[in-house]
Amino acid sequence: MKRDHRRGLVFTRRALLLAGGQMGLLGLLAARLYQVQVVEGARYALLARHNSVSTRLLAPVRGRILDRAGTLLAGNKRNWRALLMLDQCPKPAATLAAFSVLVRLRPAETARLLAAVPHHPRFIPLLVRDFLSWREMATLAVHAPELPGILVDAGMTRFYPFGGEMAHVLGYVGPPTQAEVAKDRALALPGMVVGRSGVESYRDQALRGTAGSVHLEVDARGRVIRELDREPGRPGADVVLTLDAGLQQAAMATLGTRRSASAVLLDVTSGAVLAMASTPSFDPTLFESGVSLRQWKSWVEDVRSPLLNKATDGSYPPGSTFKPVVAMAALAAGVITAQTRFYCPGYLKLGNHKFYCWLHWGHGSVDLTSALTQSCDVFFYNVALRTGIDRIERMAHRFAIGASAGLDLGGVAQGFVATREWWQKKGHHWTPGDTVVQGIGQGFTLATPLGLATMIARMASGRMIRPYLAARVGARPVAPPPPPPMGLPERAFAAIRTGLFGVVNDSRGTAYAERLPLPGVAMAGKTGSAQVINASTGNRGMSFHTSKLPWKYRPQALFIAYAPVAAPRYALAVVVEHGNEGAQAAAPIAREIMLAALARDGVVQSEAASLPAPA
Amino acid sequence: MERRRLRETSIDLFAKLARVSWPFVLLVVLLGVVGYAALYSAAGGAPRPYAEPQAIRFAIGVLAMLVIAMVDIRFIARLAWPLYVVGIALLLLVAGFGHISNGARRWVVVAGVDLQPSELMKLLLILALAAWFRRASWERVGNPLFLVPPILATAVPAFLILREPNLGTAVITLSIGGAIFWAAGVRWWKFALVIALAAVIAPIAYAHLHGYQRQRILTFLHPSRDPLGTGYNIIQSKIALGAGGMWGQGYLHGTQGQLDFLPEKQTDFIFALFSEEFGLVGGLALIGLLALVILYTMAIGLACRHQFGRLVAVGVATNLFLYVFVNIAMVMGAIPVGGVPLPLISYGGSAMLAVMAGFGVLLSAHVHRDVEFPDAAGG
Repeated sequence: MKRDHRRGLVFTRRALLLAGGQMGLLGLLAARLYQVQVVEGARYALLARHNSVSTRLLAPVRGRILDRAGTLLAGNKRNWRALLMLDQCPKPAATLAAFSVLVRLRPAETARLLAAVPHHPRFIPLLVRDFLSWREMATLAVHAPELPGILVDAGMTRFYPFGGEMAHVLGYVGPPTQAEVAKDRALALPGMVVGRSGVESYRDQALRGTAGSVHLEVDARGRVIRELDREPGRPGADVVLTLDAGLQQAAMATLGTRRSASAVLLDVTSGAVLAMASTPSFDPTLFESGVSLRQWKSWVEDVRSPLLNKATDGSYPPGSTFKPVVAMAALAAGVITAQTRFYCPGYLKLGNHKFYCWLHWGHGSVDLTSALTQSCDVFFYNVALRTGIDRIERMAHRFAIGASAGLDLGGVAQGFVATREWWQKKGHHWTPGDTVVQGIGQGFTLATPLGLATMIARMASGRMIRPYLAARVGARPVAPPPPPPMGLPERAFAAIRTGLFGVVNDSRGTAYAERLPLPGVAMAGKTGSAQVINASTGNRGMSFHTSKLPWKYRPQALFIAYAPVAAPRYALAVVVEHGNEGAQAAAPIAREIMLAALARDGVVQSEAASLPAPA
Repeated sequence: MERRRLRETSIDLFAKLARVSWPFVLLVVLLGVVGYAALYSAAGGAPRPYAEPQAIRFAIGVLAMLVIAMVDIRFIARLAWPLYVVGIALLLLVAGFGHISNGARRWVVVAGVDLQPSELMKLLLILALAAWFRRASWERVGNPLFLVPPILATAVPAFLILREPNLGTAVITLSIGGAIFWAAGVRWWKFALVIALAAVIAPIAYAHLHGYQRQRILTFLHPSRDPLGTGYNIIQSKIALGAGGMWGQGYLHGTQGQLDFLPEKQTDFIFALFSEEFGLVGGLALIGLLALVILYTMAIGLACRHQFGRLVAVGVATNLFLYVFVNIAMVMGAIPVGGVPLPLISYGGSAMLAVMAGFGVLLSAHVHRDVEFPDAAGG
């Protein structure tokens, strides 16, 4: 028992020693706490009050936008600017007055800044003046001691090397709104911008990145003593587009600046958008520094709507470019075959109303191929009547007319195809005459150039092409998977394609003048001219010269095409607003763009060498 | 005779409840209330998202503590080693499948609950070491060979925790082991020898480390070397303490804590938030309360008539002390460690669970302070 007694004694002694030691250490801790909290505390309390540890958010660099080959489409440019650091500026009014002596501020500017000071987050600098010249920057730097709280630094502004040539598809950026700042505080940082349209808007989150922060110890005058800590943030991701800068330029150049027109060029094998042009255009950089009222008025008052991306948001009656869809609806439903013939006397009499063909003396007996080639209206009046509006509407949706093409861009129009139901809801009765005009893409039918390009790409490939603009966001590939087959009869496709081949390559074809001057490489297509006035009545018999009408009443001119016929690679839609005749106004443009596309990746040479001319 | 009666194997429940150290329970509940208040403030003056879940966990913890207190301490001693093995298995599970948070693999999901086994492991180590040493006489403890298994039993979990990596908890684990060795009667000179050896080996080992390993150690010793590291936290924490001053800014009025300058204010840096609002007076009161719990724990050990209970008490007290010391020293920027919470105050489940379970065993030792172990070498 003595041993255990000793063990107990040892335990008691050592436990007491341990407890004593622990209490001693806690005592030291308490002493240290007194030191930190009360003795040094005064200094730290001062730091807290004056926040001499200045936390500044660092604006992330916005991601770049590149084309498929890595050409810079949207980047960032250095921009000298003067900032007001609120946490180091005891008297903002005095500082701004001193500032104005060196770099003039208008009274309104000063008032606006002073009004913003009380609400602005303290750790986020307030932008005083942007785009300083080298001289102004140097002046401010020299006089820094007289300007407490003013910091001159280099920010970034958005920069578009292609200017207006890419403006619609890339979009533009602008300063954030109050609501956006409330959601993401980092947006209050000077130089932060938000995408307002196009890719800049659709990919805004990825492009924006996340803000970093830096913690600085500063003295009472706001001079930085040292950097305490830095969290670099994450720069925005680069977005690589499927666009080809060269083809985009070619398309814009071909459209010209005087027309109001647009064009969409797709890669038929994948759905990649190679060019998306809309003219007239605008200077996207104007939005970041603020658009002047005069500039804004000139845009809004221009009947050619320069701010609108007509390639995706312009809705036009497709006219005869809609005929392939009607043909497909009829063939798939089995109401006609490729051999079915109708007689065209120049009109179709329905009840006591005559629906005229554009060729007043008539095409005679035509089958599907020659009806497409010569764009016979009467043939398609008959086909539409047999098929019915419901089947036409469903088929149009499958070809991205009246339904989304699935493009990765926000706010894209879908076009429209009327249904019996919709018309009845509006309090009307659907008549066979209404179906007749749908057969030639008039009446209520609307399509966008993007939808038409998607339609012709699907016709050419037989696959469910989904157009897309972004190939990669950062390191992440975002291209959709290869398009699946549409599941429509191959014979129907073949019949329609033969007709479309004839449009450009048959001497009776409506666009025979625009056949490609290349041996062995052929283009197939379809012309379209859609009336703007009296469109719903289908009064094609009215004998007036549309080219003499005022501009805004002239028909829309359309052309859709794909090439090479033997192995379709490119699909294209061109719409010239009020261009009168598709064959004369749109087809020549399409031909130029197609030639540029074929020349660009050497298809011209290789195809010419290896393929026989299609019959 | 009452003592006689209590040596019997079965004591009725009411007698046991009567023997629970209710002042100790009161102290613990007081800590829980302080924790609730601090977490209420950390959420900007709201029960959610911290205070309410923590209060529920605390209530469960108090219940668990009292239930464990009713379990016969001899049964707990018999379970000590099997439980230890379970703890090691959990640590291995963490190493294999644990998920990573804040750059360390510390958590594992058991039965739908996120668990940090390293917290539990400290308690299981205390139990295992107490079970090992409880029968050992003064002479037996003097035998170096007798010390090999407990040294391994301490080193293995410490190593696994270090690998997570969680240097802070690994060092605490080793220290707890050391404290129990010390209380069990391991000779003075052996401690001196180990410390001397460590002093000699450390520089040599350091010279043989890879560049990146050295970098890590340097970063650990000087956080300002790590530009993205804890330097900012410490600065903001010191500002919070300084702003608190002698009397504090007032409850829910600490600018640093309320304005989100203070990082991790609901977990590791809760003491800074508390001291900003209640000042030096409040901070010292909290340290005093914690010291009282530590001393009470030690006192329970001294009142215990069996070595198992005594050693458990020393282990639990030391664990609590190390939590408090390391956490508060870290908040003041005196030592550069992260990941050690302030027990019962910081938001978080694993540490709370482990601490309450430890208190439960402690109370069981107290309730059964007079029992005789059947194989005991003596009371």
